[in-house]
This record gives sequence, C-alpha cells and structure tokens, in this order.
Amino acid sequence: MGQRTIIPFGPQHPVLPEPIHLDLVMEDEKVVEAIPSIGFIHRGLEKMAEKKDFQEMAYIAERICGICSFIHSMGYCQAIEALLKLEIPKRAEYLRVIWSEMSRIHSHLLWLGLTADAFGFESLFMHSWRVREKLLDLIEETSGGRVIFGVCKVGGVRRDVDAETLRRALEALAALEAEYREIAGVFSRDASVKRRMTGIGVLPKEDARALGAVGPTLRGSGVAWDARRLQYAVYGELDWAPITEEAGDCQARCLVRIREIFQSFDLIRQAAGKISDGPVAVKVPGNPRGEYFARLEQPRGEVVYYVKGNGTKNLQRFRVRTPTFANLPPLLKILQGCELSDVPVIVLTIDPCISCAER
Amino acid sequence: MAFFKKSPWLLHYDASSCNGCDIEVLACLTPIYDVERFGIVNTGNPKHADILLITGAVNVQNEEIVRNLYGQMPDPKVVVAAGACAMSGGVFQDSYNVLGGIDKVIPVDVYVPGCAVRPEAIIDGVVQSLAILERKAAELKRRGGSGEPEKPS
Amino acid sequence: MMIEEQFWETLDRAALPARVGTLAKEGWRLVQICGSCHEAFEILYSFDKDDRFLSLRVAFSKDDPVLPSITESYFGAFSYENEMQDLFGLKLTGLKLNFNGNFYRLAKKNPFLDTPPAVAPAPGGVSS
Repeated sequence: MGQRTIIPFGPQHPVLPEPIHLDLVMEDEKVVEAIPSIGFIHRGLEKMAEKKDFQEMAYIAERICGICSFIHSMGYCQAIEALLKLEIPKRAEYLRVIWSEMSRIHSHLLWLGLTADAFGFESLFMHSWRVREKLLDLIEETSGGRVIFGVCKVGGVRRDVDAETLRRALEALAALEAEYREIAGVFSRDASVKRRMTGIGVLPKEDARALGAVGPTLRGSGVAWDARRLQYAVYGELDWAPITEEAGDCQARCLVRIREIFQSFDLIRQAAGKISDGPVAVKVPGNPRGEYFARLEQPRGEVVYYVKGNGTKNLQRFRVRTPTFANLPPLLKILQGCELSDVPVIVLTIDPCISCAER
Repeated sequence: MAFFKKSPWLLHYDASSCNGCDIEVLACLTPIYDVERFGIVNTGNPKHADILLITGAVNVQNEEIVRNLYGQMPDPKVVVAAGACAMSGGVFQDSYNVLGGIDKVIPVDVYVPGCAVRPEAIIDGVVQSLAILERKAAELKRRGGSGEPEKPS
Repeated sequence: MMIEEQFWETLDRAALPARVGTLAKEGWRLVQICGSCHEAFEILYSFDKDDRFLSLRVAFSKDDPVLPSITESYFGAFSYENEMQDLFGLKLTGLKLNFNGNFYRLAKKNPFLDTPPAVAPAPGGVSS
C-alpha cells in the first residue's frame, strides 16, 4: 500500500468553467476518496424570495443558472401556477415545451463540447459549439434571448411565436439535425473517444438509485426515470420514452445525452405540429397560498422546486433542489478507485453545474 | 508598444456568475465569434495575462482570489467587468452572500452591460480595453516603470 | 395543466431514522430535503417510488436545533444535511461526512435563521 497524498483539484481548473474544489486522497495514481468543498458561487438565491415578489422571482429563478435558464423559470412558474390553481393557455404550454427542448439541445451540445475539450479533442469541441451557435440563433429569434430567455412568466409566456417564424425555425432545425448527426457519429464511434470513456467511472444501477442520482447520470445506469414522465406541460400529449443505457460508465452517460438531443429535435417537431392558436398568457389572480413541489426534467436531471406561500406577495419559502446537487454523492462514489488522469472526464460526465448546485 | 494591441492575452475568472455570462465568454472563443482572429488568447495563468475579464459578483469567498489574480498580473493591465453582476451585483445585489460589483475589490476599466452579456458586447468591451491598455503602457514607459505588479491597496 | 398528487406524513424527529430506514429498504429514492424556519423548524424529506411522491414533515422548536441524520440509510443526504447545518445552524447527529458548518463558508452565519418580520399582505391578497 502506497503512501497517501492529497491532491487539490480546483477551484480553478482548465476543464471546469466554474469553481468547485475537490480534495483527492490519492494512493499512487489511484483516487481513494474525493471530498468536495463548495460555496464559491453561493448567492443565497432562495432567501431572495422574501424580498422580491413572487412574479419577479420568476426572473431570479431563471438566473439560478445560465445554462438551464429557461427550465428554471418554467419550473418556478409551474409551482406557483399549481398554488394559484391557474390554468395556463394550451399555446403557452406548447411554447414552453418547445423552448425547454431547445434549451436541452443547447445544454447537451455545450456539454459535448466541454467533454471533447476535457479529453483533448479540440476540433470536436469547436464543431459542437459551432452547431450550438446556430441553435442559439433560433432561440434568439423565437424568444429574444440567447442564454437567458426571459420569456417565461407566471400565467404563461411573454411573447408569441408567429407561424412564419416557427416554420423557419423548424426548417433550420432540420438542417441543424443533419449537421449534428455527423458530430454524434464521432462521439459514438471514434476509437479515441471510446478509449477515454468506456469502462471509466462506472456507476452501478443499485448505487445510482441509492445515492439519489438523477438525469443522464441515472439513465446511463439503466434506470428509466425522467421527470417528463410526470406529464407536466404537454409532455403527456407527445410520443416519447426515457432514454437509457445499461453500462453506467462515462460512455453510457455520453450516449444518453447524444440520443436525447435527437429526441429533443423530435419533440420540438411534434409540439410544433400540434400547437394550436390562442392566447399565450392569462392574468394572475391574487397571491399564492399553500405549498407544492414541482418536478421537472432539466438537461442535467430532475429538478425540484418547493414553494410555500401564505397569501402575501412574498413567498415564505422557496427552495430548489438542482440536479447537480443530487448528483454530487454519486460523483464522489465513481471517483473512488479511478486514476488521477481520468478525474476531469469523470467529473464532466455528470455535467456539473455549480451555479445550480450552490444557488 | 503596438504588440499589446496585436496580441493581448486574456484571463477569465468566474466570480459568482450564474454561468450565463461564462458560456458567452466561451462562445467568444469558438467559431462564429472567434476572438483568436484578433490575436486574443485565453490563458489560465495570471502572470501571462494583460486583460482580466471577470463575470459575476464578488462574495467573501472569492474576494481574495480576485485580488490575488489582479495582483499577480504584470503591469500594464486592464480589468473588464462583463455582465450586470460584475458591474454591480446585478439581480443578486440584495443577497446576503453578495458584496457587489468587481469594483468593490479591484479597479475596473471597462464595464460591459448585459444579463447575460452578449458575445458582441464582450468583444467590444475587450477592444475598448485595448485602447486603455495602450495608454497605460505609454504612461508606464514615460515613468520608466518596470512592469512590476502594483501593490494592491 | 397537470398537478401531481403528493402524499404527506407528519412525524416526530425521534421516529425519523426508523421511518426513513423502512423507506430505504422498500426502495424509495431520496428526492430532496428542504429545511425552513419560521416560528419553528420544519424539515421536509421527499421520496419517490414508481412515480409516487411522498414527503415526511418533521417540525420542532427553535430552542432545540438538533436533528438525527439519515445518512445511515441514504448516504447521499450528507449534502442536504451539511447545507442545513450552514444555513440554519442545525446540529445533525450521526452525520457521516460532516463539514461542521463549513460546507458553503458563508459571509453570514446561518442566514436562513433570521426570518424578516411578516410582510403585510399586498392589496388584493388574502391575509393569513
């Protein structure tokens, strides 16, 4: 048995766009234990619900994270609408689904790029982001924002997308899908990519469940749980099923995301085919009272919003359990026994979003 | 000192950003925006950097890190605060864990607005900072400065 | 719009570890732990099994901020429990991987403890 050393990883590390710190307890090249230390980006956002009124909070909620932005505001609004027993127009529900899926594609493409960068495949990183830019253009054309959409509000959405814009967006998406297919092929077939990910960071099915993993981290270990199964918004009217892979390694988590991008393209097409005309928002009646947990599927996994109102304009308690927060314990588990040089790739495959985790 | 303008090196630090501005900074480095065509290189080492680009507001935990990064950069140097949070704390300025904009800790030369800040705006802000960098370089030369880091006040 | 049916159980904190242990054996997944503190502490533990969503409610006085940890049954709870120690100044007993109030390293100690005075209801709102 070799001598134990502790290697600090982060808060500034080339593969991490965001600061998180891990103390890696090493025995030669093997990681024995990983101990996280967080708090670099804690903004105390939940507490702000006591100062901002519940409608303003939708925009604060969107800024929990700039990558999962839209779904954060959507989840918050859904939670408030449940308290208010507010039925929002069908068209708004469809638009929310379209924007959610767009944001899932954008997030997964971003992840693919960062992962390619983590294993040193620079050109693949650039290509993933090149395709992502075209998607951001579509997001901007339909919602007005690039990464922070600012389009979701309590009672519906703030702007409509006219038929012509939607038609053009669908055309552009089809072209984009063809371009993406090439990149996806490299990720799933290239030997050097496989070598960095196959059999690395294995999370067995039982551990994934016991440690509370969510999202692609859970589905990569063969558990078919996807919060969209709860049929919020109009997911119940669309034809889809959770995507799973069995291996539980880095490659499996990557494949889940690759296939989910195709699924999102399909969901956008389905939603755009079924959307009907009508208003996109209703008036908000009164203040929220009661408590409710809203659960949605972020690109990174299940997210939970707890809201508790007492009939005033400020919420008594607002809490978000973000997917990265739930994926931290599984991450510590899969880091045990890995090699030091695999740490960056393993950390990235849970798609850590630190600003989400710390809020 | 024209070489500054031709190849400024940039250090990006995420203070307590929501990520929105960070990914837009990254977008500047990738195709479509591609700042490398202007000779701008993203470096991870503060001692190599001419421009410090910060996103997000400062809090007690990263205050020291920001001061430290700035202190390690050689003169002349400029600081670009990108995004609403880096300028003033943005939507989070009321929060108990947020101190405020970057200028609470170090002097800022260029403020770039936006929530999230747009890549075009970031590029514009960096280009504006280059003019300031040139001016600072000329000033340093006139004083016969050595480029030693300033003592943080 | 779909409002998910959610189930609630209220129990005493002394009974918590046993109840959570049973849930763990039955294969429930820990979804989240949420602390809140107004007149008293109120901690909510949520679990999911086969799309059924169950929350346990544990309430206790502010004068006695001690709570048994559930990391024995769900190791993943350590992050939530350390967060509660930081934000609410709670003391978790039997916590595996204890950061002793240094998980976030905040600017302000236990920021969620001091709740602001109750805000007057806005016009049109219903007072509680």
